[in-house]
Amino acid sequence: MAENVLAVAGLHKSFGGLKVIDDVSFDVERGSRTALIGPNGAGKTTIFNLLSGVYPADAGTVVLAGSDITEIPSKDRVLHGMSRSFQNIRLMPHLSTVENVMLGQHARAHSLRDLLFPLGLISRNRWRAEAEAALENAGLGTHPGEVVANLPYGVQKRIEVVRAMVSRPELLLLDEPAAGLNDVETRQLQELLEQVSESGVTILVVEHDMHFVRNLCNHVVVLNFGRKIFEGSPEEVHRSPVVLEAYLGTEETAPGENVADAS
Amino acid sequence: MSGYIEAQLIILCLSVIYAYAIFLPAASGQLNLGAAGFITLGAYTSGWLNGSDGLGLPMALSIVLSMAFVGAIGFAISLPILRTRGVYMVLATFAFAEVVSGIAINMEFLGGAAGMPVDAHAPVEVVVGVAIAVVLFCFYFMSTRLGLALRSIHDDESVSLLFGVNVRTARVVAFTVGGMLAGLGGAIYGHHYNYVEAQTFNVLLSIYILLYVLLGGTQTAWGPLVGAAFFTVLPEIFRQFAVEMGSDWLADSRFIFFGMFIVLMMVVRPEGVVTRTMQDRCAGYLSGRRARTVAAGE
Repeated sequence: MAENVLAVAGLHKSFGGLKVIDDVSFDVERGSRTALIGPNGAGKTTIFNLLSGVYPADAGTVVLAGSDITEIPSKDRVLHGMSRSFQNIRLMPHLSTVENVMLGQHARAHSLRDLLFPLGLISRNRWRAEAEAALENAGLGTHPGEVVANLPYGVQKRIEVVRAMVSRPELLLLDEPAAGLNDVETRQLQELLEQVSESGVTILVVEHDMHFVRNLCNHVVVLNFGRKIFEGSPEEVHRSPVVLEAYLGTEETAPGENVADAS
Repeated sequence: MSGYIEAQLIILCLSVIYAYAIFLPAASGQLNLGAAGFITLGAYTSGWLNGSDGLGLPMALSIVLSMAFVGAIGFAISLPILRTRGVYMVLATFAFAEVVSGIAINMEFLGGAAGMPVDAHAPVEVVVGVAIAVVLFCFYFMSTRLGLALRSIHDDESVSLLFGVNVRTARVVAFTVGGMLAGLGGAIYGHHYNYVEAQTFNVLLSIYILLYVLLGGTQTAWGPLVGAAFFTVLPEIFRQFAVEMGSDWLADSRFIFFGMFIVLMMVVRPEGVVTRTMQDRCAGYLSGRRARTVAAGE
């Protein structure tokens, strides 16, 4: 079996009395494109926030590339090779495209000399050149100096991916990357993500758009009410009665009973 | 240079130094209403170090040491103050300035309420030189990766954190360096006028400085320069205008118009006079014009 870049074991999280994540375990193989899917409120984004350290887990462990990062503060997780994009675009609106991408390099600029290097005054420097090259490779070369707030939504989504990539992660977390995109923009995003995947970076994506998941991913983890209910290839997920039941309900099990189960 | 112009130039230079001191923390979204406190500290410390009643050090050394002292105080208070947010931070920094003022007034060896004479004189060239140095330093500072991190924190603190920015350290640095610059401004003030009095550095001064920064714009390093220049020069223009019109009423009420103008600015340009987009547009226009000039020359 191939090496795992991420291993989640026995993860628990409650908000007050509400169990949001209940004993979730799954592995993400190195180089894979894994999707985390589930109906609204299944806990997908909560898993992402636990992985990136936005809030602490109540129990369980998160192992990234061989090191246990469960207790590591969120600002240091990027050093262990994890980077993410957000459900709603979280680019810095007052920074230009290339400056947003240069923020992604921050974790790699450790020394005082790097911190005090005048990125903005010397127009030819390796950081800026690298950020511009990354944008160029993603087909975004025309907008490096523009303030991101003025750019189209689909372009901003791809800039988020580029920003996450320049931190040189081993695992890229994408929270609903295709949400709100039209068909053309979705295709452009998919091409970019395939390029990312070919460069050897593992992708873990939360997504609602099953079409997008089938096109992009080779492994799917399905959550419902904070529990993992299924795991397999996109084709298996598509055929699985458990998954179908979770999304649509069945004649035998009314959706109301699921709600009662979870509480 | 006429005495009037020179006096105005000094006021402008001091305002610019003060504005940049408050701009550095404001660029990362922290509102500091304690400028007067740092200015008071700098003015008294440098004056005392230089004075014959104090240590009698040379002026340049006194100024540098006073900056270091104010920086240390700024660092010490930044730790509790940066735990507060928004309006609470405004109040905390305001309280700090009031404490400093209270201490200065009640210290007998600093002259108490009567103020303290300062020995060495900083001529106009020194004041202008220091102001230019501060402007250049701040342009450099904001262009570094640290400056980029501060602007990122201003926009989205939690995302900055996820990209590995040490938000707390960056804020402490901005606040401390800002405090040092305000201390420098105070020291220069004392050495130029050769007299310091705690009451001149009151809350109104802090408010004005914060206004320079917020109305000038916190998104680019041009903001404080434009804000300070605007607010120093504009009331004088109003006054000049009133004098030319020969109207006492206009001269007396010019601050009414000035106040109305501030409100108007807030309505028309809520993000400050100089925004990032405006800077880009100006840069684009200038480079476009240069390109056209070159083309015409060929």
